[in-house]
Amino acid sequence: MKVRVLVRPKSGILDPQGEAVKSALPALGFEGVGNVHVGRLIELEVERIDEMDAMCRRLLANPTIEEYEWEVIS
Amino acid sequence: MRIGVAIFPGSNCDRDALFAVEQMGADPVELWHADADLKAVDAVIVPGGFSYGDYLRPGAIARFAKVMGPLEEFARAGGPVLGICNGFQVLTEAHLLPGALLRNIDMRFVCRRVRVRVESTETPWTSGCESGEELMLPVAHNEGNYFADEATLKELEDEGRVVLRYLKNPNGSANDIAGVCNEGRNVVGIMPHPERVSDPVLGSEKGLKILRSVLVGARI
Repeated sequence: MKVRVLVRPKSGILDPQGEAVKSALPALGFEGVGNVHVGRLIELEVERIDEMDAMCRRLLANPTIEEYEWEVIS
Repeated sequence: MRIGVAIFPGSNCDRDALFAVEQMGADPVELWHADADLKAVDAVIVPGGFSYGDYLRPGAIARFAKVMGPLEEFARAGGPVLGICNGFQVLTEAHLLPGALLRNIDMRFVCRRVRVRVESTETPWTSGCESGEELMLPVAHNEGNYFADEATLKELEDEGRVVLRYLKNPNGSANDIAGVCNEGRNVVGIMPHPERVSDPVLGSEKGLKILRSVLVGARI
Protein backbone atom coordinates (compact mmCIF):
# COMPACT_ATOMS: atom_id res chain seq x y z
CA MET A 1 0.00 0.00 0.00
CA LYS A 2 0.96 3.57 -0.51
CA VAL A 3 1.68 5.77 2.47
CA ARG A 4 2.16 9.51 2.62
CA VAL A 5 4.38 10.88 5.39
CA LEU A 6 4.36 14.54 6.29
CA VAL A 7 7.37 15.84 8.21
CA ARG A 8 7.50 19.38 9.56
CA PRO A 9 9.52 21.44 12.03
CA LYS A 10 8.24 21.04 15.59
CA SER A 11 6.26 24.03 16.72
CA GLY A 12 8.49 26.57 18.39
CA ILE A 13 11.52 25.46 16.41
CA LEU A 14 13.03 28.10 14.22
CA ASP A 15 12.16 27.47 10.58
CA PRO A 16 14.48 29.59 8.41
CA GLN A 17 13.03 28.11 5.20
CA GLY A 18 9.52 29.11 6.22
CA GLU A 19 10.76 32.58 7.16
CA ALA A 20 12.49 32.99 3.80
CA VAL A 21 9.33 32.00 1.91
CA LYS A 22 7.25 34.29 4.12
CA SER A 23 9.40 37.27 3.28
CA ALA A 24 9.62 36.38 -0.43
CA LEU A 25 5.85 36.26 -1.05
CA PRO A 26 5.14 39.96 -0.41
CA ALA A 27 8.01 40.79 -2.74
CA LEU A 28 5.96 39.08 -5.49
CA GLY A 29 2.89 41.06 -4.57
CA PHE A 30 1.18 38.41 -2.41
CA GLU A 31 0.16 40.34 0.68
CA GLY A 32 -1.36 39.15 3.92
CA VAL A 33 0.73 36.03 4.33
CA GLY A 34 1.09 34.94 7.96
CA ASN A 35 3.36 32.26 9.33
CA VAL A 36 4.89 29.90 6.79
CA HIS A 37 6.35 26.51 7.63
CA VAL A 38 8.23 24.35 5.19
CA GLY A 39 8.23 20.60 5.69
CA ARG A 40 8.81 17.47 3.67
CA LEU A 41 6.43 15.11 1.91
CA ILE A 42 7.51 11.50 1.56
CA GLU A 43 5.47 8.92 -0.32
CA LEU A 44 6.41 5.30 -0.05
CA GLU A 45 5.03 1.89 -0.86
CA VAL A 46 5.13 -0.52 2.03
CA GLU A 47 3.94 -4.07 2.68
CA ARG A 48 3.13 -3.50 6.34
CA ILE A 49 2.17 -0.36 8.13
CA ASP A 50 2.97 -1.55 11.65
CA GLU A 51 6.55 -0.38 11.08
CA MET A 52 5.63 3.10 9.89
CA ASP A 53 6.14 4.83 13.25
CA ALA A 54 9.53 3.18 13.72
CA MET A 55 10.55 4.22 10.19
CA CYS A 56 9.47 7.78 10.88
CA ARG A 57 11.21 7.98 14.23
CA ARG A 58 14.45 6.36 13.13
CA LEU A 59 14.99 7.87 9.71
CA LEU A 60 12.27 9.84 7.95
CA ALA A 61 11.99 12.45 10.71
CA ASN A 62 14.37 13.61 13.42
CA PRO A 63 12.19 13.70 16.56
CA THR A 64 14.56 16.21 18.17
CA ILE A 65 13.49 18.90 15.72
CA GLU A 66 10.64 17.52 13.65
CA GLU A 67 7.17 16.04 14.03
CA TYR A 68 5.52 13.71 11.58
CA GLU A 69 2.21 12.25 10.62
CA TRP A 70 1.38 9.58 8.08
CA GLU A 71 -1.68 8.23 6.31
CA VAL A 72 -2.42 5.36 3.97
CA ILE A 73 -3.45 6.87 0.66
CA SER A 74 -4.13 3.73 -1.37
CA MET B 1 48.96 6.44 17.29
CA ARG B 2 46.51 5.33 14.59
CA ILE B 3 43.74 7.78 13.77
CA GLY B 4 40.90 6.67 11.52
CA VAL B 5 39.01 8.97 9.18
CA ALA B 6 35.53 7.74 8.22
CA ILE B 7 34.75 8.18 4.53
CA PHE B 8 31.19 8.22 3.22
CA PRO B 9 30.04 8.85 -0.35
CA GLY B 10 29.95 12.65 -0.44
CA SER B 11 32.49 13.26 2.30
CA ASN B 12 34.82 15.96 0.96
CA CYS B 13 37.12 16.81 3.86
CA ASP B 14 38.41 13.27 4.29
CA ARG B 15 41.67 13.97 2.43
CA ASP B 16 42.19 17.14 4.44
CA ALA B 17 41.60 15.21 7.66
CA LEU B 18 44.03 12.45 6.63
CA PHE B 19 46.60 15.13 5.78
CA ALA B 20 46.04 16.84 9.13
CA VAL B 21 46.54 13.53 10.94
CA GLU B 22 49.94 13.24 9.25
CA GLN B 23 50.69 16.82 10.29
CA MET B 24 49.85 15.82 13.86
CA GLY B 25 52.52 13.14 13.68
CA ALA B 26 50.05 10.26 13.84
CA ASP B 27 49.24 7.48 11.38
CA PRO B 28 46.18 8.18 9.22
CA VAL B 29 43.89 5.22 8.54
CA GLU B 30 41.09 5.35 5.97
CA LEU B 31 37.83 3.88 7.24
CA TRP B 32 35.50 3.19 4.32
CA HIS B 33 31.77 3.48 4.99
CA ALA B 34 31.26 -0.19 4.12
CA ASP B 35 34.00 -1.42 6.48
CA ALA B 36 32.84 -3.71 9.24
CA ASP B 37 35.63 -2.84 11.66
CA LEU B 38 37.75 0.13 12.70
CA LYS B 39 41.15 -1.40 11.82
CA ALA B 40 42.40 -1.11 15.40
CA VAL B 41 42.53 2.70 15.42
CA ASP B 42 43.03 4.65 18.64
CA ALA B 43 40.77 7.55 17.67
CA VAL B 44 38.31 8.41 14.90
CA ILE B 45 37.57 11.59 12.99
CA VAL B 46 34.24 11.87 11.17
CA PRO B 47 35.07 14.49 8.54
CA GLY B 48 33.10 17.23 6.85
CA GLY B 49 31.35 17.18 3.52
CA PHE B 50 27.94 16.24 2.23
CA SER B 51 27.63 12.56 3.07
CA TYR B 52 24.97 10.94 0.87
CA GLY B 53 24.29 14.33 -0.68
CA ASP B 54 22.73 15.59 2.56
CA TYR B 55 19.59 13.76 1.36
CA LEU B 56 16.71 13.81 3.85
CA ARG B 57 18.79 15.68 6.48
CA PRO B 58 22.55 16.16 6.79
CA GLY B 59 23.97 13.03 8.39
CA ALA B 60 20.67 11.12 8.39
CA ILE B 61 21.72 8.42 5.92
CA ALA B 62 25.40 8.21 6.92
CA ARG B 63 24.26 7.30 10.38
CA PHE B 64 23.16 3.89 9.07
CA ALA B 65 26.37 3.13 7.12
CA LYS B 66 28.04 -0.14 8.04
CA VAL B 67 31.10 1.48 9.60
CA MET B 68 28.86 3.34 12.05
CA GLY B 69 28.13 0.10 13.92
CA PRO B 70 31.69 -0.43 15.17
CA LEU B 71 32.16 3.33 15.42
CA GLU B 72 29.21 3.63 17.82
CA GLU B 73 30.55 0.73 19.84
CA PHE B 74 33.99 2.41 19.97
CA ALA B 75 32.41 5.69 21.09
CA ARG B 76 30.27 4.07 23.77
CA ALA B 77 33.37 2.27 25.08
CA GLY B 78 35.06 5.65 25.61
CA GLY B 79 37.14 5.87 22.42
CA PRO B 80 37.93 9.43 21.28
CA VAL B 81 35.72 10.51 18.37
CA LEU B 82 35.72 13.92 16.71
CA GLY B 83 32.96 14.97 14.32
CA ILE B 84 33.80 17.97 12.18
CA CYS B 85 30.99 19.87 10.43
CA ASN B 86 29.05 17.15 8.57
CA GLY B 87 30.73 14.74 11.00
CA PHE B 88 29.11 16.67 13.86
CA GLN B 89 25.77 16.35 12.07
CA VAL B 90 26.31 12.59 11.64
CA LEU B 91 27.09 12.17 15.36
CA THR B 92 23.91 14.01 16.42
CA GLU B 93 21.83 11.91 14.02
CA ALA B 94 23.46 8.81 15.53
CA HIS B 95 22.51 10.07 19.02
CA LEU B 96 26.14 10.00 20.09
CA LEU B 97 25.77 13.74 20.72
CA PRO B 98 22.66 15.60 21.89
CA GLY B 99 20.71 18.13 19.82
CA ALA B 100 20.61 18.77 16.09
CA LEU B 101 22.03 21.17 13.53
CA LEU B 102 19.38 23.32 11.87
CA ARG B 103 19.58 25.44 8.76
CA ASN B 104 21.59 28.65 9.32
CA ILE B 105 19.29 31.36 10.58
CA ASP B 106 19.81 33.63 7.56
CA MET B 107 19.49 30.73 5.04
CA ARG B 108 22.99 31.45 3.75
CA PHE B 109 25.89 29.05 3.46
CA VAL B 110 28.55 30.54 5.69
CA CYS B 111 32.17 30.12 4.61
CA ARG B 112 34.71 32.21 6.49
CA ARG B 113 37.06 32.24 9.42
CA VAL B 114 35.45 32.80 12.79
CA ARG B 115 36.80 33.29 16.26
CA VAL B 116 35.87 30.65 18.82
CA ARG B 117 36.67 30.29 22.49
CA VAL B 118 37.72 26.99 24.00
CA GLU B 119 35.18 26.56 26.80
CA SER B 120 36.27 23.16 28.02
CA THR B 121 39.67 21.55 27.90
CA GLU B 122 38.32 18.40 29.52
CA THR B 123 37.94 16.45 26.31
CA PRO B 124 40.51 14.41 24.38
CA TRP B 125 40.20 16.92 21.52
CA THR B 126 40.77 20.12 23.49
CA SER B 127 43.10 19.00 26.29
CA GLY B 128 46.04 20.61 24.46
CA CYS B 129 44.35 24.02 24.47
CA GLU B 130 44.06 26.44 27.32
CA SER B 131 40.71 27.13 28.90
CA GLY B 132 39.32 30.38 27.50
CA GLU B 133 41.83 30.35 24.66
CA GLU B 134 40.58 31.99 21.48
CA LEU B 135 41.22 30.36 18.12
CA MET B 136 40.53 31.61 14.60
CA LEU B 137 39.10 28.66 12.66
CA PRO B 138 37.33 28.29 9.31
CA VAL B 139 33.67 27.34 9.10
CA ALA B 140 31.85 26.25 5.94
CA HIS B 141 28.31 25.05 6.42
CA ASN B 142 24.64 25.48 5.63
CA GLU B 143 23.31 23.71 8.72
CA GLY B 144 25.38 24.81 11.70
CA ASN B 145 22.61 26.33 13.76
CA TYR B 146 22.87 24.18 16.89
CA PHE B 147 19.58 23.36 18.53
CA ALA B 148 18.71 21.46 21.69
CA ASP B 149 15.72 21.79 23.99
CA GLU B 150 16.00 24.03 27.06
CA ALA B 151 16.65 21.16 29.46
CA THR B 152 19.45 19.76 27.29
CA LEU B 153 21.05 23.19 26.86
CA LYS B 154 21.01 23.70 30.62
CA GLU B 155 22.56 20.28 31.14
CA LEU B 156 25.30 21.06 28.58
CA GLU B 157 26.08 24.40 30.23
CA ASP B 158 25.93 23.08 33.81
CA GLU B 159 28.19 20.15 33.02
CA GLY B 160 30.67 22.22 31.05
CA ARG B 161 29.96 20.26 27.89
CA VAL B 162 29.99 23.24 25.55
CA VAL B 163 33.44 22.73 24.06
CA LEU B 164 33.73 25.66 21.63
CA ARG B 165 31.71 28.86 21.55
CA TYR B 166 31.56 31.51 18.81
CA LEU B 167 32.55 35.02 19.82
CA LYS B 168 30.29 36.29 17.04
CA ASN B 169 27.52 33.89 16.13
CA PRO B 170 27.62 33.12 12.36
CA ASN B 171 24.56 30.85 12.11
CA GLY B 172 22.05 31.46 14.90
CA SER B 173 23.17 28.53 17.06
CA ALA B 174 21.76 28.33 20.59
CA ASN B 175 24.02 29.95 23.22
CA ASP B 176 26.59 30.63 20.45
CA ILE B 177 27.54 26.95 20.59
CA ALA B 178 30.18 25.85 18.06
CA GLY B 179 30.92 22.46 19.61
CA VAL B 180 29.71 20.09 22.33
CA CYS B 181 30.73 16.80 23.88
CA ASN B 182 28.82 13.78 25.13
CA GLU B 183 28.34 12.82 28.75
CA GLY B 184 31.48 10.69 28.72
CA ARG B 185 33.36 13.67 27.16
CA ASN B 186 35.11 11.37 24.65
CA VAL B 187 32.83 12.23 21.72
CA VAL B 188 33.14 15.81 20.48
CA GLY B 189 31.33 17.54 17.62
CA ILE B 190 32.42 20.91 16.26
CA MET B 191 31.33 22.99 13.27
CA PRO B 192 34.73 24.67 12.60
CA HIS B 193 37.33 22.84 10.51
CA PRO B 194 40.65 22.47 12.37
CA GLU B 195 42.00 20.28 9.55
CA ARG B 196 41.83 23.25 7.17
CA VAL B 197 44.33 25.15 9.26
CA SER B 198 46.92 22.44 9.80
CA ASP B 199 49.88 23.80 7.87
CA PRO B 200 51.45 27.26 7.53
CA VAL B 201 50.82 27.12 3.78
CA LEU B 202 47.09 27.08 4.58
CA GLY B 203 47.50 30.35 6.44
CA SER B 204 47.57 28.91 9.93
CA GLU B 205 48.24 25.75 11.87
CA LYS B 206 46.01 26.62 14.80
CA GLY B 207 43.85 23.61 14.03
CA LEU B 208 46.65 21.31 15.12
CA LYS B 209 46.21 22.58 18.67
CA ILE B 210 42.84 20.90 18.70
CA LEU B 211 43.80 17.79 16.77
CA ARG B 212 47.07 17.17 18.61
CA SER B 213 45.23 17.19 21.92
CA VAL B 214 44.27 13.57 21.32
CA LEU B 215 47.95 12.59 21.37
CA VAL B 216 48.31 13.84 24.93
CA GLY B 217 47.95 11.01 27.34
CA ALA B 218 47.31 8.56 24.53
CA ARG B 219 49.19 5.35 23.96
CA ILE B 220 51.39 6.39 21.06
